[in-house]
Amino acid sequence: MEIISNLTLGLETAFTLTNLFYCLVGVFVGTAVGVLPGLGPVATIAMLLPATFGLPPISSLIMLSGIYYGAQYGGSTTAILVNLPGESSSVVTAIDGYQMARNGQAGKALATAALGSFFAGTVATILLALFAPPLAELALKFGPAEYFSLMVLGLVASVVLASGSLLHAIGMVLVGLLLGLVGTDVTSGTPRYTFDLPELADGINFVIVAMGIYGIGEIVRNLEQDQTRNLLAKKVSGLMLSKDDFKRIFAPVVRGTVLGSALGMLPGGGAMLASFAAYSIEKKVSKNAAQFGKGAIEGVAAPEAANNAGAQTSFIPMLTLGIPSNPVMALMIGAMIIQGIQPGPAVMTEQPALFWGLIVSMWIGNFFLVVLNLPLIGLWVKMIMVPYHRLYPVILMFCAIGVFSLNSSSFDIYLMALFGLLGYIFAKLNCEPAPLLLGFIIGPMMEEYLRRALILSKSDPLVFIQRPISAVMLALAVLALIAVLSPNLKKKREEAFKED
Amino acid sequence: MPSLIKHPKDFWTGVIFLIVGLSAILIGLDYNMGTAGRMGPAYFPSVLGGLLTLIGAIAVARSLRHQGDAIEKFHIKELAIVLGAVMLFGGLIRGAGLVPAAVVLIVVSAYASPRFKWYEALLLGVVMAGFAYLVFIKLLGLPLAAFGPWLQF
Repeated sequence: MEIISNLTLGLETAFTLTNLFYCLVGVFVGTAVGVLPGLGPVATIAMLLPATFGLPPISSLIMLSGIYYGAQYGGSTTAILVNLPGESSSVVTAIDGYQMARNGQAGKALATAALGSFFAGTVATILLALFAPPLAELALKFGPAEYFSLMVLGLVASVVLASGSLLHAIGMVLVGLLLGLVGTDVTSGTPRYTFDLPELADGINFVIVAMGIYGIGEIVRNLEQDQTRNLLAKKVSGLMLSKDDFKRIFAPVVRGTVLGSALGMLPGGGAMLASFAAYSIEKKVSKNAAQFGKGAIEGVAAPEAANNAGAQTSFIPMLTLGIPSNPVMALMIGAMIIQGIQPGPAVMTEQPALFWGLIVSMWIGNFFLVVLNLPLIGLWVKMIMVPYHRLYPVILMFCAIGVFSLNSSSFDIYLMALFGLLGYIFAKLNCEPAPLLLGFIIGPMMEEYLRRALILSKSDPLVFIQRPISAVMLALAVLALIAVLSPNLKKKREEAFKED
Repeated sequence: MPSLIKHPKDFWTGVIFLIVGLSAILIGLDYNMGTAGRMGPAYFPSVLGGLLTLIGAIAVARSLRHQGDAIEKFHIKELAIVLGAVMLFGGLIRGAGLVPAAVVLIVVSAYASPRFKWYEALLLGVVMAGFAYLVFIKLLGLPLAAFGPWLQF
């Protein structure tokens, strides 16, 4: 069995003292940012990226991914205890989780979230180990035409799955693609859209864009609402689930895991969409549908399993195709490039220890999360109570230092402020930033593949539909666009992003 | 302009898209277009710019027909303070060094909150600047001065 030897290699890599340590740091930091409303994994990973330059690639990736799935755990704690989503993916958890807490079942809700997440994390890790190798093998056969079409499909999917206006999302992708092209054109050496500024000759660093939009833009948004935090229970007790509870949550957790795993793999999917979809499905199929919104344990179990599964399976396209499915994965790709690893199908064959070590570390990380987080609940509760007016100046400081450390350039800090302004304006206009960031990362790759495909085909544009895999992907992209534009589905799409 | 623009969010989004799309095309005129088989540096961005202009135009056109919510109020004061604080950090970090730049960033940005208190912000600034000094200079060894050339006599 090949998978056994692969997982053994992964175990050997992940079970070194150093990597266990970084895994622990990652999930700990992840839980912390998940718990803190107003600070998300995108901004945190962007802030910490410069600090990981000096680490070995595997340790850095283990830690950064721990932050992402750790944040999914942490987000639920805040949702349940204070009815504020710590993360966008725990918005729906707040609905029933908070009601459970009001009924004196905070401990039960937290335990359900943790155990559901752990189950989902375990299944998603296995899925990752099973599906990544064949997908990477298939991807090794991809030429530039296939890659180009895949990117088109990925961007279309991210538009289709983005919440809010479809037109805005398409525009945001295009703006992102264009921003990604700023800098010196690799093929001709022409500086493009640099306004003769030497600082822009190498292009805009994606960390600056991510921190500006997700860090600074968010802070100003949060300052608008003076959040009051009503913590329900200072002491959380009753963490044990009864046999009856287990029976009630088992099916929702399984359904949430399956749905989350599937949605996580889609570009533009990931944790948030997974939790919304899981909640609305559970509400339809559950025997206790009437209890939903009033503290149904199923309403906590399903979305929490789904968001964790989604967070983890979103690594599949990133690791096998080198294509990000959400902004966090875009940052992970950036982290790999910084470490000198070209993301793509070759990672699995050329760096098997890194690939399998990362996968196994996710399971270890999930284990840490369950073992550590429930006992540490007191610490997280204290953290939730840190008032925002003391938190955001510190976040700003970390953003500023992080950006400056990229190139020791003050220009980068001004640029980050500019993207903060843009992020704020876009938020006011209901333009979701995720498609922009995906376009930004994909832009230069897409142009490169487009050029190469057309050079290879001797300028025949039909190459994209003559090659079968490429044709299928383009057809899927067109179908997805048609489907989402049809009035019937359009309504469903809008409903999917509503909370209830 | 309530009579003409019915959907302000769509309208202004469209305007932004139009500006970005058209500038991509116009600035791209300076670069070599090439052919589809041998794409020059202007080719791909011009195509993208064209699409974006189209999307922008649709959004603007739609905003004149469909009704939509007004844009929420811009909190200019908070925005200006936060962005100003970040820019100040950028201006100070080289000359004054990490510690003063961090203190200024924290104190100035904290002023954006209605719960701002002088002594509290200053204390937070000093403590966090010290923390940043330990983490980024001592622990991670970033090439930064705690106190820069402006403060050395």
